[in-house]
Amino acid sequence: MRATVDGNEAVASVAYRVNEVCCIYPITPASPMAELADEWSGKGIRNVWGSVPTVVEMQSEAGAAGAMHGALQGGALSTTFTASQGLLLMIPNMYKIAGELTPAVFHVAARSVAAQALSIFGDHSDVMAARQTGFAMLSSGSVQQAHDFAAIAQMATLASRVPFLHFFDGFRVSHELNTITMLSNEELARLVSVELVREHRGRSMTPENPFVRGTSQNPDVFFQAREAANPYYSAVPGLVEAAMSTFAEHTGRGYGLVAYSGHPAADRVAVVMGSAFETLRATAERLNDSGERVGVLAVHLYRPFPAEAVIAALPRSVRKVAVLDRTKEPGSLGEPLYLDVLGTLAEAFQLGKIPSMPLVIGGRYGLSSKEFTPGMAAGVFSEMRREGAKRRFTVGINDDVSGTSIDYDPSFDIELPDTFRAVFFGLGSDGTVGANKNTIKIIGTEPGMFAQGYFVYDSKKSGSQTVSHLRFGHRPIQAPYLIREANFVGCHRFEFLARADVLAVAGRGATLLVNSPYPAAKVWEMIPRVAQEQIVAKELELYAVDAGRIASEVGLGGRVNTVLQACFFAVSGVIERERAIGQVKAFIGKSYARRGDRVLKANLNAVDRALEELERVEIPEGSFSAIETPPVVPDGAPDFVKQVTAMMMSGRGDELPVSALPADGTWPSGTAAFEKRNVSEIIAKWDGDSCIQCGNCGFVCPHSVIRSKYYPPEKLEGAPGNFQSAPLRARGLPGTLFTLQVYAEDCTGCGLCVEACPVVVPGERKAINLAPREEQGGREEVAFFESLPPIERSRIDFATVRGTQFLEPLFEFSGACAGCGETPYLKLLSQLFGERAVIANATGCSSIYGGNLPTTPWTKGADGRGPAWSNSLFEDNAEFGLGMRLAADQHAELARDLTLKLREELGAKLVDAVLDSAQRSESELQAQRVRVALLKKRLASIGRLEATDLASVVDHLLRRSVWIVGGDGWAYDIGSGGVDHILASGRDVNVLVMDTEVYSNTGGQMSKATPLGAIAKFASAGKTVEKKDLALQAIAYGSVYVARVAMGADPQQTLRAFREAEAYEGPSLIIAYSHCIAHGIDMRNGLAQQYRAVASGYWPLIRYDPMVRAAGENPFLLDSPRPRIALGDYSRRELRYSMLAATDPAEAERLARLAQEAVDQRWATYEEMATRPAHRFPADARREHA
Amino acid sequence: MNLETRYMGLKLENPLVASASSLSYTLDGVRKLAASGVGAIVMHSLFEEEITGEADRRARLLEAGTESYAESLSYFPETTPQRASKRYLGLLERAVKLSRVPVIGSLNASAPGAWIAHAQEIESAGAAAIELNTYMLPASVEIDGRSVEAVHVELLQMVKSAVHVPVAVKLNPFFSSMGEIAVRLDAAGADALVLFARFVHPDIDPERIRIVPGIGLSNPYESRLSRTWISHLHGKIGASLAGATGVDQAEDVVKYLLAGADAVMSASALLRHGPAHARVILDSMIAWMERKGFQSLADFRGLLARPEGEDGTAAERAEYVDALRSANANFHGPW
Repeated sequence: MRATVDGNEAVASVAYRVNEVCCIYPITPASPMAELADEWSGKGIRNVWGSVPTVVEMQSEAGAAGAMHGALQGGALSTTFTASQGLLLMIPNMYKIAGELTPAVFHVAARSVAAQALSIFGDHSDVMAARQTGFAMLSSGSVQQAHDFAAIAQMATLASRVPFLHFFDGFRVSHELNTITMLSNEELARLVSVELVREHRGRSMTPENPFVRGTSQNPDVFFQAREAANPYYSAVPGLVEAAMSTFAEHTGRGYGLVAYSGHPAADRVAVVMGSAFETLRATAERLNDSGERVGVLAVHLYRPFPAEAVIAALPRSVRKVAVLDRTKEPGSLGEPLYLDVLGTLAEAFQLGKIPSMPLVIGGRYGLSSKEFTPGMAAGVFSEMRREGAKRRFTVGINDDVSGTSIDYDPSFDIELPDTFRAVFFGLGSDGTVGANKNTIKIIGTEPGMFAQGYFVYDSKKSGSQTVSHLRFGHRPIQAPYLIREANFVGCHRFEFLARADVLAVAGRGATLLVNSPYPAAKVWEMIPRVAQEQIVAKELELYAVDAGRIASEVGLGGRVNTVLQACFFAVSGVIERERAIGQVKAFIGKSYARRGDRVLKANLNAVDRALEELERVEIPEGSFSAIETPPVVPDGAPDFVKQVTAMMMSGRGDELPVSALPADGTWPSGTAAFEKRNVSEIIAKWDGDSCIQCGNCGFVCPHSVIRSKYYPPEKLEGAPGNFQSAPLRARGLPGTLFTLQVYAEDCTGCGLCVEACPVVVPGERKAINLAPREEQGGREEVAFFESLPPIERSRIDFATVRGTQFLEPLFEFSGACAGCGETPYLKLLSQLFGERAVIANATGCSSIYGGNLPTTPWTKGADGRGPAWSNSLFEDNAEFGLGMRLAADQHAELARDLTLKLREELGAKLVDAVLDSAQRSESELQAQRVRVALLKKRLASIGRLEATDLASVVDHLLRRSVWIVGGDGWAYDIGSGGVDHILASGRDVNVLVMDTEVYSNTGGQMSKATPLGAIAKFASAGKTVEKKDLALQAIAYGSVYVARVAMGADPQQTLRAFREAEAYEGPSLIIAYSHCIAHGIDMRNGLAQQYRAVASGYWPLIRYDPMVRAAGENPFLLDSPRPRIALGDYSRRELRYSMLAATDPAEAERLARLAQEAVDQRWATYEEMATRPAHRFPADARREHA
Repeated sequence: MNLETRYMGLKLENPLVASASSLSYTLDGVRKLAASGVGAIVMHSLFEEEITGEADRRARLLEAGTESYAESLSYFPETTPQRASKRYLGLLERAVKLSRVPVIGSLNASAPGAWIAHAQEIESAGAAAIELNTYMLPASVEIDGRSVEAVHVELLQMVKSAVHVPVAVKLNPFFSSMGEIAVRLDAAGADALVLFARFVHPDIDPERIRIVPGIGLSNPYESRLSRTWISHLHGKIGASLAGATGVDQAEDVVKYLLAGADAVMSASALLRHGPAHARVILDSMIAWMERKGFQSLADFRGLLARPEGEDGTAAERAEYVDALRSANANFHGPW
């Protein structure tokens, strides 16, 4: 059975059908395997033995491994899907599972392990970190192989009792769509021996046949017992070979422990694992055709290392071997595969199994999905031939620091001429990728046609660019690298033509299809000159269509995908035009029928209109436009930004040499300000006449693009024409002007500001509205605004939302989703405390929009102070932040000691004031800042050693604000233990949980914050357990300041909670309602939904302040009024709830009723708590005195 | 006491019918209505816009933010939502099963083909009858009255020819000659006329300077228009007549019956006071009948209807003049 699937689906389809229990935890790029398994389980699809597998999402990968270990001990066939840090968390259990000789397969979409930075992309760092666990390891290199090896691993583990780790390259294989032959249920049932399954069950724990497993062993026997399993490992290679040959008998697809390809008498051989084998193989073939003698050896079974098979497969003629590792092991003699091969050859030579010892060199390639191209492969063969070849090398980068990199010819190309190659540049929101996936499926189902698709996404969540690489041909397509010379380039947004990489990918004579807002006759003159020159030089055929207008006219809004897909089929000639259009329409019929006549007809119309309006653009000879592409970053940007960041922004980061990059992962902050993304045509526009200057719009702006200042009128001199101002509405400052500046190029047009504006201007308008960008000023106005003097913090009323608008945000222009519900809280944090904050950020959305390169939003103020930000891991963030607190306390204490020692020299009055300041209120902090500055000045003139010492820690005399931030996946699940522990620590840390009630970053998986009755991935039938009440848990300690806030419901309460939490001397917890795209809402309604969440009593606003308890008052404040609307009035507006009503109305009704009951019950509890006397709350022993 | 009545060919235990409202959105709501003692239940309307609009909105929200960022290529699990019409039919089917009184389907489509298809689906789901909710406000100043009438008549004929169960038409009161359209619909095969549907009259919020939705619960005063037309039409057409607005207490039901209604519908009262209020209405009605010495509805139905042969126009005019005079006397008006 042929199918076009990606690697994850290829693997999951086997794993699901030959297992009974899947224990998982979401992690990129492995999550889709688990999600598919959950989907199939939800639909009741059975495994090959007739039962429906159970899929369980755990709180972490450590939990998943533990649950899996238990399921295996219980005799169930069990599997898991993971990657990267997830696999690392499983390691302790992997030792146990292997030590107990338990058959099981872990499927790993191999990914980088976070070191100097996190990376979600593919390499073998994770699996190499698990190679010592006792698991057998099987490596597959393509979608077909991944599918087949999933079955072979299962066969071999049952036969050998040794657990298997089956891995394949994250993204390159896991996310590549390819046409493959799928194993049927019958084939799988024949391949996987049911007798061995029964044997596995027979070894399970049962009271009918009790035994003890998992003992403690002592020096007398542990060692021998560890050696006792050796025969099982010795048998593995043979059993894998046997499984492979059985597999070949049934399917016709033959594999070996290793695979050699190339010249039978090769003098040079490269050894590799994973998808790079195919690139090396095809390159070797080409080189051999031109007279070279090279070959490639793929290692499929990596553990136990098949030394004999390696020796047997290598031609006796080999003189040089290059071993390529897709991982880095700093400080080692060489990377793992290199050492294995070197050892194998050395031993074989010692034993006389090979006549001579070849020269073995080892190289690293492809870390974090770095491309491994035929040019690089040829470079490896070439390096081997070179006299004095580098013994350790890297390929694919320019290492100008250690000189490890080898040269290669980037233009070396081995693409088959009969393969059609198409590259599409789209916007994330325009449906390009979805349409291309359909195109692949359309062509993949054509008889005799094969298709491959690979998609590259950028680092931002809003306004992001996608690049689709599609290949089509008449034979299976194995080309695990990006297209570099396309026959067809689709540029789905006209502005992209200004980007260097769009036309660079076009081959000579290729077809270029441009989505152009201009009529065909005008298209040419609107194209930037640099692009025109390439079009002419490459003799491209240029077609244009106004897809945006057509889509809008037929009623498809901004979804240009159908129009452009039709145009692709019309001009590409991949399949005959009429047939292609027929297939597109048939596909539309299938995809859109459900959505009613209107949408169906609109899409069919879009196809017809596209074909009518698509035009070939005549290219006038010698006529070029005057449109120049602007510089990537402004001239005034710092050198680092110009030399490094700008390269990454323009898609040329691959060209950066090693020397350009920080060695320790430390990057300058505030770089997002240099990336003017202009992602929205509709942006916020201020109406100064109507504005009441309340500050609400700026308060909720997720992207910090709304800023306010006031200034004397004379400062207006030299203002650009579009610069707006209005009289300041404040007592005591007559004649002062006020400006609310929209940062036009950074605004995403999310509209939250409009929703938050309380002013109503007749005509359904507010004092801030969305308007076309061209109506408004841009860069000049912002520059002028920035030139106005900042408002001194001492003059700002921190206690009001109105006041906070004058505080400079130190978190700006993040790449979060337009209208993000999390970022306004971070921005507020940065405004209030940023200049003295250190931030520990859990992995998740906030670490991605907060720290994903090339540009990052945490920034500093004019005085150079700002939040210092770091991300450690997902699971350890609370502990990570506590560590920051410990260091700060330690150094503050040291600074106090030293200050006291230098009291005379520094001045007793100053020292006493410094040491006596409580630093809880903003005014105290301001005063302390001045005192510390003076202290530092005096310190510089003191020659004593203590003074030098004090200088290194003196900044700690200003109280540091430690913030621990992250999402609910962290706080409720994987980091729950840590959060709980630090809340119980009594230390002065502030925990901000931005609760989206779902794992947002990995695409909407259920967490323990997911509410009753909502659907999420792994809760597709509706969550049947109530959300954990983290607030009550924390309150139970008595020593924790706790607040639950929702900015959209009560911004003032949010502000109050943030300030109280920070001022509280002890642990604080703020749980912030964060609306999210994963709720299935129009993001513009996010604030209204927050309001409804509170109004329905679902999200009661509370504050619990132990200081109030200490003062003898009730510390529990219920800040929101009694429920005024039913829960349903809030929940039915969100797809996460309404979807269940659509799939299972009766269950939705039942859960909605129970959810309402839960809301009522919780409200009653809270109300009762709000009336309790102080003594009925736990005392804080740190404050309670006898 | 015999409260039985025949309405559009159906035998009802009593004339109080729960009309289409949000109470019938859930099975639980239907269960409460069925237990309340009403004589029949009209399900909430199946709106064509709801069917396509919901699918559209769902697809838009499902697609939002997908295929943009490598870690989150989608945000929702793959599920198979039922079409809104299928859910409606599922609910209707279950409602029919649990209700011992007739359940009437209600339909509001926009395209002619959809009317037929959905009417047939409603019939096969077990509805005892179908009510066509022809909500149509000819807001354009170019549509002439005759064509508005023609739409109603054609629609009815189309649905009648496609189903076997009785079909009622719920009308709005804004026809140039209400009586004539009633007679034409009767001739076209209407089994009942429901008088009247309430238009959504948007309101204006002067505080927020905004137009706000105008749906609210009806009050007894509004029943006068419906009752006037029922009293005019009683005995003049074959189709049953249902009064459908302004019912809050038993006396409102009684007034409709005195005017000649075969059934009396209420949504507002049941929403305002809860479904159990039906029992209160019925008990008070029985008490009234006892007080007045009536044994069955037949004893008083249509007692105050316009007698056959009366010139309704002249009578109305005379009553108008009387009313003004009396107002003048009471309020010292200009007359």
